[in-house]
Amino acid sequence: MASVQHGPEHYYVPESSPWPIVAMVSALLIVFGLALWINGITVGSYISIGGFILLGVMFYGWFRDVVRENLANVYNEQVGRSFRQGMFWFIASEVFFFLSFFGALFYLRFIAMSWMGGEGYLAMTHELLYSGFEAVWPSAGPEPTAGEFTPMGAWGIPALNTAILLSSGATLTWAHWALKKDDQKQLIWGLVATVVLGLIFVGFQAYEYVHAYRDLNLTLEQGIYGSTFFMLTGFHGFHVIVGAIMLLAVLGRAVKGHFSPHNHFAFEAAAWYWHFVDVVWLALFIFVYWM
Amino acid sequence: MTTATVAHDDHAHHGPPSGIKRWLFSTNHKDIGTMYLVFALIMLFLGGASAMVIRAELFMPGLQLVQPDLYNNLLTNHALIMIFGAVMPAAAGLANWMIPLMIGAPDMALPRMNNLSFWILPAAALMLILSFIVPFFPGGGSQINTGWTLYPPLSLQVGMSMDFLIFALHLLGISSVLASINIIVTIFNMRAPGLRMMQLPIFVWAWLVTAFLLVLVVPVLAAGITMLLFDRHFGTSFFIAAGGGDPVLFQHIFWFFGHPEVYILILPSLGVLASILPTFSRKPLFGHHSLIGAMIAIAALGMIVWAHHQYTVGMSLAAVQYFMLMTILISIPVGLIIFNYMMTMWRGAMTFETPMLFTVAIILMFSFGGLTGVMLAVVPADMQYHDSMFVVAHFHYVLLPGAVWGLFAGVFYWLPKWTGHMYDERLAKTFFWVHVVSFNITFFPQHFLGLAGMPRRIADYNIMFTEFNMISSVGAFFFGLSHLLFLYIIIKTVRGGEKAKARAWEHAEGLEWEVDSPPAHHTWTTPPKIKTA
Repeated sequence: MASVQHGPEHYYVPESSPWPIVAMVSALLIVFGLALWINGITVGSYISIGGFILLGVMFYGWFRDVVRENLANVYNEQVGRSFRQGMFWFIASEVFFFLSFFGALFYLRFIAMSWMGGEGYLAMTHELLYSGFEAVWPSAGPEPTAGEFTPMGAWGIPALNTAILLSSGATLTWAHWALKKDDQKQLIWGLVATVVLGLIFVGFQAYEYVHAYRDLNLTLEQGIYGSTFFMLTGFHGFHVIVGAIMLLAVLGRAVKGHFSPHNHFAFEAAAWYWHFVDVVWLALFIFVYWM
Repeated sequence: MTTATVAHDDHAHHGPPSGIKRWLFSTNHKDIGTMYLVFALIMLFLGGASAMVIRAELFMPGLQLVQPDLYNNLLTNHALIMIFGAVMPAAAGLANWMIPLMIGAPDMALPRMNNLSFWILPAAALMLILSFIVPFFPGGGSQINTGWTLYPPLSLQVGMSMDFLIFALHLLGISSVLASINIIVTIFNMRAPGLRMMQLPIFVWAWLVTAFLLVLVVPVLAAGITMLLFDRHFGTSFFIAAGGGDPVLFQHIFWFFGHPEVYILILPSLGVLASILPTFSRKPLFGHHSLIGAMIAIAALGMIVWAHHQYTVGMSLAAVQYFMLMTILISIPVGLIIFNYMMTMWRGAMTFETPMLFTVAIILMFSFGGLTGVMLAVVPADMQYHDSMFVVAHFHYVLLPGAVWGLFAGVFYWLPKWTGHMYDERLAKTFFWVHVVSFNITFFPQHFLGLAGMPRRIADYNIMFTEFNMISSVGAFFFGLSHLLFLYIIIKTVRGGEKAKARAWEHAEGLEWEVDSPPAHHTWTTPPKIKTA
């Protein structure tokens, strides 16, 4: 912990910390276990689950240290800026992660599929390899293996989910306003509403997946439509869950009264993340469900 | 230029903690930088050993030492270990050591995350090594025979070792992204008061541009190999034509990462040269601002030229023309950097200590590699060169002089600062000459082999290629052995030697020379005051 109280011009450099090493061990256990598990070696499942548990312990311990340091008032404004900028560039890297999946969707749907359908100079390829194939989206490719499927419509649950996620963005902003004017009660209720809306969203997504598998025969095996649909919505859903966990932690700290109008980096970071997840959903709704 | 008024209260603080905890739990940029560099050195020898086996196999036509699959596995691991294990960590080690010293910061902006960025690397290296040895166990499946590019459909057919490799790359990606975020934030937020962005040393700028590239393109690789993983195990069809996917999509994704990766490897080293040249030319750097502009231009162009690695895959004529023209355009900012470096030397009072020798060699040899790059960028010509030994020669001329020698130069340049001792100049010069001459003996003949039609990534070859391959292999063995001398010089310098002054080189400029050699465990705990002269 902080041994020396520094003035405002001293940057806080933490003492040595065990958490990075714990994080490394947990990451290694996770990937080593998964590599075995997906190849049918069941002991891998225990190893990776152990890794995930250790990962949770690591996050708890690491952030507990940061929270304690913050409460001990060892951070100056410059440290706060470092945290904020760090979060910003982390989200930037996440944007590119999602962009590649969207890029894959556009490439497969608009470029690769029209080639297979015989457009442009690849007409002979079409004739020889995929002669019966019509390039109509949604498609499971020229040689579907998993039978007929129904694509996911946009105007049922997905549209409702859009409304839910956008409202959760609004309630989060409402909570932020409250924090700025130091209204702790409204802050807590705003966060509760956001988390609840987020969980409802995840619940609907889970229901939608069950519906897709059970009623629509829409599975991961359904060619490019199934691949891109589940990959994009699945990674988004995973990010919503992560964002909800972040907001829950922020809620817990709000209940303890950790935040003040001038000291609430954790709230901002979680809020930025949540809005990022929101924007990704809008793109998903337009390009995956709707168009 | 800038000068610093130094407030010397650096020694008031505690020294390093003792024992293993100092390294495991470190939050000190110097210790973490040292760990990066040591890790990179170990990986250099590991990757080098696999290269030695490759060259030994190619000494004669026919199969002598290794079977084709093992050969390709070695080749894949050589590339991945050198790129992700040796060059990138070494460059990150220089960044960790030098950026806080150069910008007057007490440490990296996020010191604990800095330690995490490093310590993920040994875990990733373990997964990478496992991917190599898993096939030797019963039930371990086939060997990785795809090369580092991991193109499907071949990569979809490899056994479980491919999964270890994919996860190793995920870990390496996490490490790179975290380290890059840290570097960006450090440069933006931790500069000494009064030190403006445009005053920063070119090395710092080069790393800033590199870090941006990493943050933007590494997640794309992560997404690509995640799709590969799902295609392998969970029934998706991203890269399988039967399901409407396209193997070429993977090539686009991979090279959207892979081409900027080349600049990620080279830019930090080019930045190192900008520190070395003024010192040994005893002149200020020529065209500070234009160098910054050129590096940004290289990075920006570098992100939109990826498909020049795939000319032969059957893209439309318009796409091929676009990628050709944009690629050739990159030679302009690169040429500008070379020009500025030559103008820095122009009429300087030059001396040729080892870092400077490397620098001059880089300017010559890297330009040569750049020129063969322009040859490869020309579509009709590339149809001939593609996947031949010419490509191997080209990228080794780019990556060894462009990336590795720059790191060697930086290590020799800053070794007195890190250890407090001058290295043995006579030995270092011997190393330089053996290294550079044997490098050329190794790789120059490969140009001719490629032009004559010898394909790369194949363990056997037509007997008409024998002589040049023998020359290349003999050169490679000397080249490999020369690194033992490098190791010896490093160990000797760490253990002792002539004491280095704070300003170890007579004409060296920059904040890093204002602190002691070796610097105290914590430096710049009070930021230096920057006066602009």
